[in-house]
Amino acid sequence: MPEMQATYNYTVIRQFSVMAVVWGIVGMLVGVVIAAQLVWPELNFSPYFTFGRLRPLHTNAVIFAFGGSALFATSYYVVQRTCHARLFAGPLAAFTFWGWQLVIVLAAITLPMGMTQGKEYAELEWPIDILIAIVWIAYAVVFFGTIAKRTVSHIYVANWFYGAFIIAVALLHIFNSAAVPVTLFKSYSAYAGVQDAMVQWWYGHNAVGFFLTAGFLGMMYYFVPKQAGRPVYSYRLSVVHFWALIFTYMWAGPHHLHYTALPEWTQSIGMVFSLILLAPSWGGMINGVMTLSGAWHKLRDDPILKFLITSLSFYGMSTFEGPMMAIKTVNALSHYTDWTVGHVHSGALGWVAMVSIGSLYYMLPRLFGKPEMYSVKLITVHFWVATIGVVLYIASMWIAGVMQGLMWRAVNPDGTLTYSFVEAVKGSYPFWAIRFLGGVLFLSGMLIMAYNMVRTIRGGQRVDAPVLLPAAQHA
Amino acid sequence: METLYLLIPVSVVLVFLIGIAFWWSLRGGQFDDLEGPAYRVLMDDDTPQQKPSPTSVVPAEPTEAAGVLGGEAEPDKKSH
Repeated sequence: MPEMQATYNYTVIRQFSVMAVVWGIVGMLVGVVIAAQLVWPELNFSPYFTFGRLRPLHTNAVIFAFGGSALFATSYYVVQRTCHARLFAGPLAAFTFWGWQLVIVLAAITLPMGMTQGKEYAELEWPIDILIAIVWIAYAVVFFGTIAKRTVSHIYVANWFYGAFIIAVALLHIFNSAAVPVTLFKSYSAYAGVQDAMVQWWYGHNAVGFFLTAGFLGMMYYFVPKQAGRPVYSYRLSVVHFWALIFTYMWAGPHHLHYTALPEWTQSIGMVFSLILLAPSWGGMINGVMTLSGAWHKLRDDPILKFLITSLSFYGMSTFEGPMMAIKTVNALSHYTDWTVGHVHSGALGWVAMVSIGSLYYMLPRLFGKPEMYSVKLITVHFWVATIGVVLYIASMWIAGVMQGLMWRAVNPDGTLTYSFVEAVKGSYPFWAIRFLGGVLFLSGMLIMAYNMVRTIRGGQRVDAPVLLPAAQHA
Repeated sequence: METLYLLIPVSVVLVFLIGIAFWWSLRGGQFDDLEGPAYRVLMDDDTPQQKPSPTSVVPAEPTEAAGVLGGEAEPDKKSH
């Protein structure tokens, strides 16, 4: 293949990849701590290390620090390799790395101190929100700048998903974080009451839809075909998948506010759009899994492929479960119970974390000039430990959630409640213990990954692969 | 629910922008070839170059992909 002098910018990818693993461990460790606090309430050392302050730290760390770093790393890798162009504006790309790390560190300081806007997944106070917006716009400039300077005419489908994720998150973040500052550390939302709740869950659900789904689908559409060595099952379906998903996602949010002060018709719209979403979600899931059609044997001894395909199975599962839970009658049972927590983690651990882990295992040796990871066997160990962890987590939360829902709604013939709230709490203890165990297993898997990564890096050297001319140009 | 006066216009504007992006990509020929791009991604060899490494895991695939691409790449040349 003819080579140009230029190389790809792998430096920023290396930085984000390594930090994804580090933040994964930190975020999941905090998750294990708060899971333990539910089983052993004595572990709430006040006030900085209580459940109420550590829980947002956990969600922010796993979603934005771990997931975010994985998204930055993979999107920079995919956009360069598929556009056959070096990353646009190198210093700005470096700024996105250091800026994002600063955001994470500030979150880790302010959240335990109790500084919060009180909006789920958008807790960070206004100065940090502004920093996030600046970093995110820089990210958009780097990403779309690279697409603009591409040397091939076609924009690969993974880039469409990454692009939609970047634009949507910018929009959601800016609208939901609109607030009136009172002091440097305190602000009040620009919206009030149920208006605030509506904007919050318009943001909240689309954060799931675009941050935790569209971005990771971009990952899937590149790394599954690459690792399998086969083209995606149907490229045509992947294009349909993309447009169907982004045209329908925006209005699913109200399903988070069933049976609240939100107008009934708004709730129903949220429910209907959530049900419609099942179609594009499963289209994408089938497209990813069927990529292995005719090469299923590869799944037997390739642990990276195991991670990627299992992540798609969990994606299929949770995108079926989600629309079901959005149905109002089902929601009447599931809302506010641990079923929701189980659902979120089937998506977060099973889909988001596993597809990220698979993609990171794919990239790491290539970034450090090695043919493969230090130990393929350890990847297999990681896979099984993580899978058992997720299954324990989800199964225990399903049982606990349905049990809580049934106990809360049980009524005696005379109209009084059969159970007091604390009885449901007591009944949940064994399942919270199993959930803790599942979390510990998943965290152990990340520690195995960190060891494997360090050993891979130690023996390797940093490479910046040359920019290759696209195949089509000399065909 | 005055907030809907904000959220609905924002969503409608967004759908229009998405529509424009779709129209642009359709007219720009992004979807003229819905087979080749899947193979072209596999053609891009991203294994480290220094040591010719015995990856051995997927030796057969690149040639297979190249065979198919030979036919698929032709229409794309027009755009260059």
